[in-house]
Amino acid sequence: MRTLIDDIIEMPANGTVGSSPKDYKADIDVRWCAGCGGYAILAQTQRIMSTLGLPREKIVFISGIGCSSRFPYYMNVYGMHTMHGRALPIASGVKMARPDLSVWVATGDGDGLSIGGNHFIHAARRNMDLNVILFNNAIYSLTKGQYSPTSLPGQLTKSSPLGVLDDPFDPVALALGAGSTFVARCYDRDTQILQKMFDRASKHKGFAFVEVYANCVIFNDGAFDLYTKKETRKEHTVDLQHGKPLIFGDNNDKGIKLDGFTPIVVSLTDGSHSVDDLLVHNENDSTLAFILANMTYNPNLPRPMGVFLATERPSYDQKVVEQLNYYESLPGANDIDKLLLGGDYWEIK
Amino acid sequence: MEKKIQQLKEVTIRFAGDSGDGMQLTGTQFSNTSGTLGNDVNTFPDYPSEIRAPEGTLYGVSAYQIQFGSNLVHTHGNKMDVLVAMNASSLSVNLPKLKENGIIIANSAGFDEKNLNLAKYEENPLLNDSLKNYQLIAIDMESIVGEVLSGLSLSPKETARTKNFFALGLVYWLYDRPTEHTEIWLQQKFAKKPKYLEANLLVLKAGWKFASESELFPVQYQIEKAKLAPGYYRNITGNEAVALGLVSAARKANLPLFLGSYPITPATEILHFISGYKKFGVKHLQAEDEIAGISSAIGAAFAGYLAATTTSGPGLSLKVEAMGLAMILELPLIIVDVQRGGPSTGLPTKPEQSDLLMAMYGRHGEAPLPIVAARSASDCFNMTIEAARIAVKYMTPVILLTDGYIAQGTNPFKVPKLDELPEIPAKYETNPEGFQPYKRDEVTLARPWAIPGTPNLEHRIGGLEKKNITGIVSQGPDNHQLMVELRAKKIEGIANDIPLATVEGEQEGDLLILGWGGTYGAIKDAFDKLHSEGKKISFCHLTHLNPLPRNIGDILAKFKRILVPELNTGQLKLLLQARFMRPILGLNKVQGLPLQEFEVTEKVLELLNEKGGQ
Repeated sequence: MRTLIDDIIEMPANGTVGSSPKDYKADIDVRWCAGCGGYAILAQTQRIMSTLGLPREKIVFISGIGCSSRFPYYMNVYGMHTMHGRALPIASGVKMARPDLSVWVATGDGDGLSIGGNHFIHAARRNMDLNVILFNNAIYSLTKGQYSPTSLPGQLTKSSPLGVLDDPFDPVALALGAGSTFVARCYDRDTQILQKMFDRASKHKGFAFVEVYANCVIFNDGAFDLYTKKETRKEHTVDLQHGKPLIFGDNNDKGIKLDGFTPIVVSLTDGSHSVDDLLVHNENDSTLAFILANMTYNPNLPRPMGVFLATERPSYDQKVVEQLNYYESLPGANDIDKLLLGGDYWEIK
Repeated sequence: MEKKIQQLKEVTIRFAGDSGDGMQLTGTQFSNTSGTLGNDVNTFPDYPSEIRAPEGTLYGVSAYQIQFGSNLVHTHGNKMDVLVAMNASSLSVNLPKLKENGIIIANSAGFDEKNLNLAKYEENPLLNDSLKNYQLIAIDMESIVGEVLSGLSLSPKETARTKNFFALGLVYWLYDRPTEHTEIWLQQKFAKKPKYLEANLLVLKAGWKFASESELFPVQYQIEKAKLAPGYYRNITGNEAVALGLVSAARKANLPLFLGSYPITPATEILHFISGYKKFGVKHLQAEDEIAGISSAIGAAFAGYLAATTTSGPGLSLKVEAMGLAMILELPLIIVDVQRGGPSTGLPTKPEQSDLLMAMYGRHGEAPLPIVAARSASDCFNMTIEAARIAVKYMTPVILLTDGYIAQGTNPFKVPKLDELPEIPAKYETNPEGFQPYKRDEVTLARPWAIPGTPNLEHRIGGLEKKNITGIVSQGPDNHQLMVELRAKKIEGIANDIPLATVEGEQEGDLLILGWGGTYGAIKDAFDKLHSEGKKISFCHLTHLNPLPRNIGDILAKFKRILVPELNTGQLKLLLQARFMRPILGLNKVQGLPLQEFEVTEKVLELLNEKGGQ
């Protein structure tokens, strides 16, 4: 049944397909702290937008509350800055209503995994076709420095002056466990990998989750330095590349091998192992994705970066469309008068 | 035998039995048949909150009460004329509500030792003289249906399960109703199970025949048609009426419909109905929680849908923050609250009107919202459409209050044609020239609805205070004051766009009864009765609670005393006292039960007597 909304959906782009990142830049000052990881994420997002060939009006950014959630204000597309933790259900409503839109969510470790944790697992479970960027800075920044669900045990924060007692979530493992069909991790300092991950996420049909290690210069400065700084990065991370063996180290001298289901580090230089012994990444293998995610907080293993999983499963919004298309094609569809009359009526003359 | 025929104006029947005895079905059939015959009908199901309570227990009793008559009946009746009791517990639980000399039709097979023990009877009440103040008709229905169905290859359990249709047949004869309507229904229901169809038809007719021939039933009662406007009718629950109202409103607005909801008693059926409307292009999300329910609806509204969320008390508490967001975003949204007894989990299946103040004020910050309330099951349809009209026209969330009584009870719904319903003019902003997200319509103060997908209208909105007109985030002191006042003024202005309140009875004088919501039936019945007896009283019923109709102050000023009956401790009373600075009398009931006509009558008579009577 045609409604007013179809006129909008069918409106032709009117010079609104951007060709440069600045076409997606809102005319407003960005108010993050100097040195915030958010700047890199914003710049790369705008860059990716300019390559998608999508008119600005077809893109929507939804956010909750927190430093990361200022994001929509900075994008020259449609946007909504909503409630703490609720970006995902709001974005789900937008996407269900309008599968024609490219819907993005900017969230953080507190917003997305603590107050919004329930929504996170359910949006992933439904495979709602959303692109979710989680700025993980392992701290509550906007409220000035309390520990978050990704803060580390022992971390000193304003609300844990004697050290955090909680154990953290690994956002990647959580997303996988909840049924996310695209799961990736990257970090603010590497613009190339940011672009690549955002590009992949935007093209993925279904729930695309990208965790970004985002440095908070004020309240948790250097939290991810080990994994993001040039000097230490190669020794402490391993790049996941589909079809390629897991090699890492300053001189590409180490690799990851599976011992049963357990990943272990092996040397490629002491003669004991060769590249052929190494685990080869397959981003379509969900079992492997879990094993790789489980490396996250293991101090003896490098931290995986890149695409953990990319699989296909019908998205919820698409299933809704298919269901409606079927039922609206049946006899009696859209006959409201008949619906109102129901099956058990009588006439008074 | 020769039967006497007696005419009656109205009758209240209660079908009561064990949860597994099919009483809801039996009651529904009786009320639909009575509607078909032109009687006015009002019903209320009364069933345990347990899903399958242990058989035969006092707390496992399920009942369905019907009042029908040749006059308009506005409630399901108070004291019953007839109690059909399928077992001992159902007699024990319901007897206190039977009129003196009322009829008991008891299934004596449900009074064996086990059933008597479960019902805590020391002796069989059918056999001693404890029921001597009633007309007791005890029939072993199980034996009779066993004989009637002896030719069919049914198990004893299957045979026994048909006894509710035997009871229905008896009562059909007693009130001179034909069995055809139910026969047609059975033919549809059991089209693929001919064995059950045949059994139920046989038993239904056997019940009718039994009553027509038995000396146990010396009198047959007849009830004339009520004076109802010509047209098509159906019995409808408030919850179904809300669901139909949403679909109809969306069609009248030429918008697609979205429902974001989470299961909660007694509102869940709205979700059930809507989720079945796939042929009508409706999208719904059964969300992970109440917050996600309303949040998804906010997302759909932003994307251009007529969006709704449905809930009951505890769910409304959870939606509070999101209601504030929708309010400051200024997006259209329908929030349906089927009120139940609170606080907390409270009385999940029972009605109350105790969410009015929460609907008015239950948000942080200055966040007024329009509130409308339905007065009966079928009126839920009209008020849902009204809520949608206000939401779309004024770009605001609107709260619709119903309650567990009208949500689950039924009355006849005069089925409208879609063409007869009022139009809901909806439009999206598409013109980029001079577009500003918070530039308001001069008359309604509504902001434009510019939805994603519209080229060159890209903009950002949010929960932060925003600058007037441009919508850009602003924490400026004068701007905040201006925006708070503008948003409030927009809601207040709706008073110019809703019907004036009307007064029945004396247009000025001593005593005005002022009601709202689902207590309409009880108050109306009490008013009609007392007014027809010559009492100088007046009645006004509110459909719009915020803003109030603009003549309400003038109406109140014309009466010396104002009585507000409501199922809370005085919430409308408090609002009126605060606004109009005058004392208001309350009739306040918080028992998890609907208001009754006699309770209003007694209170009004008491007040009239205080003045020395008339």
